[in-house]
Amino acid sequence: MEHLELFFKSIFIDNMVFATFLGMCSYLAVSKKVSTAVGLGAAVIFVLAITVPLNWLLDQYILQPGALSWLGEEYANYDLSFLSFIMFIATIATMVQLVEIVVEKFSPSLYNSLGIFLPLIAVNCAILGGSLFMQSREIETLGLALNYGIGSGIGWFLAILAIAAIREKIRYSNVPPALRGLGITFIITGLMAIGFMSFGGMLTGGDEEGEPTTEPTASIEVIKEDIKKEEAKLKSDLEIAENTNK
Amino acid sequence: MGKDSKLILDPLADNNPITIQVLGICSALAITAELEASIVMSISVLFVLGIGNVVISLMRNIIPSKIRIIVQLIVVATLVIIVDLVLKAFAYELSKTLSVFVGLIITNCIIMGRFEAFALGNGPWRSFLDGIGNALGYGVILIIVGFFRELLGSGTLLGFPVLGDPIEKTGLYAIGYENNGFMLLSPMALIVVGIIIWIQRSRNKALIED
Repeated sequence: MEHLELFFKSIFIDNMVFATFLGMCSYLAVSKKVSTAVGLGAAVIFVLAITVPLNWLLDQYILQPGALSWLGEEYANYDLSFLSFIMFIATIATMVQLVEIVVEKFSPSLYNSLGIFLPLIAVNCAILGGSLFMQSREIETLGLALNYGIGSGIGWFLAILAIAAIREKIRYSNVPPALRGLGITFIITGLMAIGFMSFGGMLTGGDEEGEPTTEPTASIEVIKEDIKKEEAKLKSDLEIAENTNK
Repeated sequence: MGKDSKLILDPLADNNPITIQVLGICSALAITAELEASIVMSISVLFVLGIGNVVISLMRNIIPSKIRIIVQLIVVATLVIIVDLVLKAFAYELSKTLSVFVGLIITNCIIMGRFEAFALGNGPWRSFLDGIGNALGYGVILIIVGFFRELLGSGTLLGFPVLGDPIEKTGLYAIGYENNGFMLLSPMALIVVGIIIWIQRSRNKALIED
């Protein structure tokens, strides 16, 4: 159940592109044709599925405060978490390079369809973002980390597939000249993001009393939203109280 | 002199990293709900890009081209760790709001893009100017987006209420104005940037794509 919840949450509610804007650069640059979008999307799922669990292990056994205690008592006080950026990005860059070599060796056909996108991915914010969110959301087990990696990868894949399909069709529409290309893509993505926000109620089933689905670390927007909700609730409470006083 | 000033001025408008080169969008959108966060983010990028460009430019003749991406990532990651620690020390609240997006400066495409396109082929001084110019171009867009989102979304600027008090009903609120909470949600950032692109391109027809 926990796995299923995290899986759907990372695909729809915390969608990489629409909720946190990760990997926007390649999302905008490579979404002109559906076929290339599918290639890049598949590569992102693949790399996220490898790097998130790997960085989870790094985080648990090397970086977290006290993580080094498996080496012995005297190491228990070390806190290396300030190194996480450099460790994560080094892991990602080397893994991408390694995956490229392995895929080229064992599956030339996969390499041909995936290969040109792999170097692009090392600098894709979605990959580093996946690892950083994994760290800040304190995912508990290796299985959940793998699940989170695959889920966010699929979310990113869906997003780039959808925008590529829309961009192929929009060529036949009469868009104002100044808005053509980049401008309209931004606005469409904004509209799609509004649509994806409606998935927010999915896990609670619209039940206000259900357990909260958003974690406070997610982003400013989420926190803002929570504050808004609380404010609205307080206001309505106040009104009720005033009315009853009358 | 003319050439050098072009390095700074070009990215501010006609070759803006966000609206024209389409680089560094992720952070531009995610943290612009408040003006303060936008300003801090711009300063961080200014620091990382300015120094990083100089470092890469100084090392350009000794980096083997096959592993240059990893070298570049390590340089950026080091600078970003410095920024992150400084923010945690002097602006802890803000560094909580920016959360992972400080770390994501590492993969900010502007930085890698400028390293690849400029610092690897030019001297330190020109690279420094290029870095400053591009970071300023990035900052301008961030600040414009942050300004409108905070003003229209919560009626404040840098946390000060400029439109009056929504609860006491003073200022603009006295005549029935309401804050548009929608501006604080993430999709509106995309739409605001889309509108900026629209305005810029209709003023300068040469930028229109077909």
